[in-house]
Amino acid sequence: MSDVLLIRGAELWGPGPDGMPGTGARADVLVRDGVVAEIGAVSAPKDAEVVDADGLVLLPGLVDLHTHLREPGREDAETVSTGSAAAAAGGFTAVLAMANTSPVTDTGEAAERILDLGTAAGLADVVPVGAVTKGLAGEELAELGLMARSRARVRVFSDDGRCVQDARVMRRALEYLRPFDGVVSQHAQDANLAGPQACCHEGEISGRLGLPGWPGVAESSIVARDVMLAEHTGGRVHVAHVSTAASVDVIRWAKARGIRVTAEVTPHHLALGTELVTGYDPVYKVNPPLRPSEDRTALVEALADGTIDAVATDHAPHARHDKEHAFADAAFGMLGLETALSVVADVMVQPGRLTWSEVATRMSVAPARIARLASHGRPVAVGEPANLVLVDPAARTTVDAAASQSLSRNNPWHGRTLPAAVVATVLRGRVTARDGRALTAEEALA
Amino acid sequence: MTRHLLSSADLSREEVEAILDTATEMHDVQRRQVKKLPTLRGRTVINFFFEDSTRTRSSFEIAGKWMSADTINLSAKGSSTSKGESLRDTVQTINAMAVDALVIRHNASGACQQVAQWVDASVINAGDGTHEHPTQALLDAYTLRSHLGDLDGRHVVIVGDLTHSRVFRSNVITLKTLGAHVTVVAPPTLMPSGIADWSKADGFATAWDLDEVLATGDVPDAVMMLRVQRERMSGGFFPTPREYTVGYGLTRPRLTALLARNPLALVLHPGPMNRGLEISADAADSAASVVLDQVSAGVAVRMSVLYHLLAGSEGAAA
Amino acid sequence: MPRPDSAPTSPTFSSAPPAQNPSPPLDPTGRDVLGATDIARCLRRIAHEILEHNKGADDLVVLGIPSRGVELAHRLVALIEEVEGARIPVGAIDVTMYRDDLRSQPTRAPRHTDIPGGGIDGKVVVLVDDVLYSGRSVRAALDALSDLGRPKAVRLAVLVDRGHRELPIRADHVGKNLPTSHAEKVQVRLSGHDGIPDVVRIAGGEPQAVRA
Repeated sequence: MSDVLLIRGAELWGPGPDGMPGTGARADVLVRDGVVAEIGAVSAPKDAEVVDADGLVLLPGLVDLHTHLREPGREDAETVSTGSAAAAAGGFTAVLAMANTSPVTDTGEAAERILDLGTAAGLADVVPVGAVTKGLAGEELAELGLMARSRARVRVFSDDGRCVQDARVMRRALEYLRPFDGVVSQHAQDANLAGPQACCHEGEISGRLGLPGWPGVAESSIVARDVMLAEHTGGRVHVAHVSTAASVDVIRWAKARGIRVTAEVTPHHLALGTELVTGYDPVYKVNPPLRPSEDRTALVEALADGTIDAVATDHAPHARHDKEHAFADAAFGMLGLETALSVVADVMVQPGRLTWSEVATRMSVAPARIARLASHGRPVAVGEPANLVLVDPAARTTVDAAASQSLSRNNPWHGRTLPAAVVATVLRGRVTARDGRALTAEEALA
Repeated sequence: MTRHLLSSADLSREEVEAILDTATEMHDVQRRQVKKLPTLRGRTVINFFFEDSTRTRSSFEIAGKWMSADTINLSAKGSSTSKGESLRDTVQTINAMAVDALVIRHNASGACQQVAQWVDASVINAGDGTHEHPTQALLDAYTLRSHLGDLDGRHVVIVGDLTHSRVFRSNVITLKTLGAHVTVVAPPTLMPSGIADWSKADGFATAWDLDEVLATGDVPDAVMMLRVQRERMSGGFFPTPREYTVGYGLTRPRLTALLARNPLALVLHPGPMNRGLEISADAADSAASVVLDQVSAGVAVRMSVLYHLLAGSEGAAA
Repeated sequence: MPRPDSAPTSPTFSSAPPAQNPSPPLDPTGRDVLGATDIARCLRRIAHEILEHNKGADDLVVLGIPSRGVELAHRLVALIEEVEGARIPVGAIDVTMYRDDLRSQPTRAPRHTDIPGGGIDGKVVVLVDDVLYSGRSVRAALDALSDLGRPKAVRLAVLVDRGHRELPIRADHVGKNLPTSHAEKVQVRLSGHDGIPDVVRIAGGEPQAVRA
């Protein structure tokens, strides 16, 4: 592969050199030595690999604040390598790997190991998320400072999969992280209101199906508590996978008050509804659960108006033998990396709720800023790191679970036809995926 | 008729009536010296119980045996969650032995519906979590019908822990299918979520005050008392068993009030009863009580269900 | 099919008791082989034969095979009682659960079995059916009887014997022998059961001479 890449005639929708939103102006982008070398009408250098980008959208590489890569511990469900491949295929150049592995990422050494596995895989920057508490037990703070000071430079901390229940522990974490500019990404779920049995949205459908319900208030009450703690401590709180209209209201109120709160929403909470659990198919079992349309409408509006800062996948691969149980016994979670951009295009871009420029903000700029990633979510400008994704907005693809780069098949989008497709993903000037397939190590080096 | 019986909603009125009519004939067979019919000779029925149950399992077992099916009981308590083998693996292993029917009791709602997608055998729901228990609803309807005749326009009151009751969920469907009016009574903490919309959509009434339901409005033809599970008593759903009895038990004064309005009213209970909690000994042993009829109907109804699901040619029945 | 005319014509979930079941229409192209007076004459003769063979009405129990066999059984008993002046126990024996062709048929609802109070132990049971064809219904009835008790003897009375036996079974009393082809249908209608005048009609297949 050539070290020089010329992307010819793409619509530039990422922020420009001045940080202003992209306007979709057409230009050629020349990438050399991992950085953007030239923008405008560029004649192809002799040694350049040329990509014809006529009619394609160029965005900064996507950043996922919320990915489960399962390594170490459950390499039968996903590895850093296969998860990175899924990320590249989906247009991501950086993913934040959640800490609920086995062992838990709660030390500097554990964080560095994840970082190194990601570097070895070479398909996306894999940035570890550190646990807030030791072993995710919710009792004692993990070594937050050592993780922050490690080579992995951990800035996002989360007990995701579990909520930091104890208000005092949450308060201490928010306070302690201030010198590191760290953020607590909270899985907001009051364990008394929505215990371990709660497996779908509490409402008419859960009542009819006889499934233990997970009421929306179990989320919004924790969000309310956490924004008050953030205000009190001056710390930064990030609300993971917001799923209810009430949580959105609390976040909107908190932002207006100047509280340092950010929030993410998953593609599945934007697009899929609680009625899907009617057939008891565990592929639709996810935490927080799929919600009714009133909540989805509020989430879509909040993402459009910026109350929700970012889209994050909560990509949660599971082996078949962990999903093919009775609904109540099956594992929570669904795949998301490869389909996220298409779902956002379907729910937000096609109906006119977001421009591609705003997609760049919600899926790259904002998540990179929240995670304090210096080289991602940058303007498409000369001298910037060439972390890019090229999207065909006119493509339509029918999702095939069997074709996934993930090791797992718990794909709720299987069989659905979605708009927009990733044509190429570029990490520091190197193509990591083409047409929805991550390149193998051999291809990448060829 | 469908190949499976997963939910009471699978059955049309015509089908429910056919099952109950056949059950009447099967009930006659039970009174004979030779109770065995050759009808399902050569068929294999597996009673696959992931949750303990004495009465439902033995009733299915007797029903199968009296129809001459080879019935085998399997208990798999806890194995579904044991690491390594999924529920799908477990049931497909059994299905591979060329069985004709799987009677499944599972502690998780929806398990039977999932299993039906993974196996060739007919699947009969013998109770799935807090979801449904269609054969219980059929035997309750059988019992009601044998005393009241046609259930069209009859008023049945169901009282108790609705949230966790599969008996309630199936009964409300079957009773509505047969044209009965249904009122369900429970404290707000034991009402399933969303029941306000659900009851409106499905056409049944809800109430918090049992005395009001018994004393005013539509005269009850039958009152079905649901069992209060032991684990609910400490689950914070109501303060104390004593308070539950005062609010929702079928006490002697309530039975008297009921019978004063309708001397022919019936009292049902799916069993086993917590005497003194949801039902007083007076009510349980009164002439109005048809609890033992319910038990005796269980075998006949399950014989009928096995017959209707298994006897005919595949795909021929509508 | 052993009993071509008693099988439900549509593959629906057969549920209603026979009286409410609308009878399938008579084939208008068929020809009537027995009318109401012929049928009455046949039954009268059979009633006499039964009494003659049994040397009176002692120990007789008459059981019809649903659905039309039950009406025939009641008519026979009325005729016997007319002659004997004594009450004869009459009932019905359903054979649905004993059939050997359940798997090849849509599920059919069983009919009511009604054994008279005195039971069948030590009795002479006369089974009554409308049409004798393969003999499989009678085989099923014999099995059903053996689960209900132990009769001293079992006899078989049928209105029509159309031949084509598949089992070693013969009738003791036959109203009319009707040689037929397999392609033909024998349709029996009885006023009490079907609400139309009594008739036996042959329909379909190649026309064939009726032996008197």
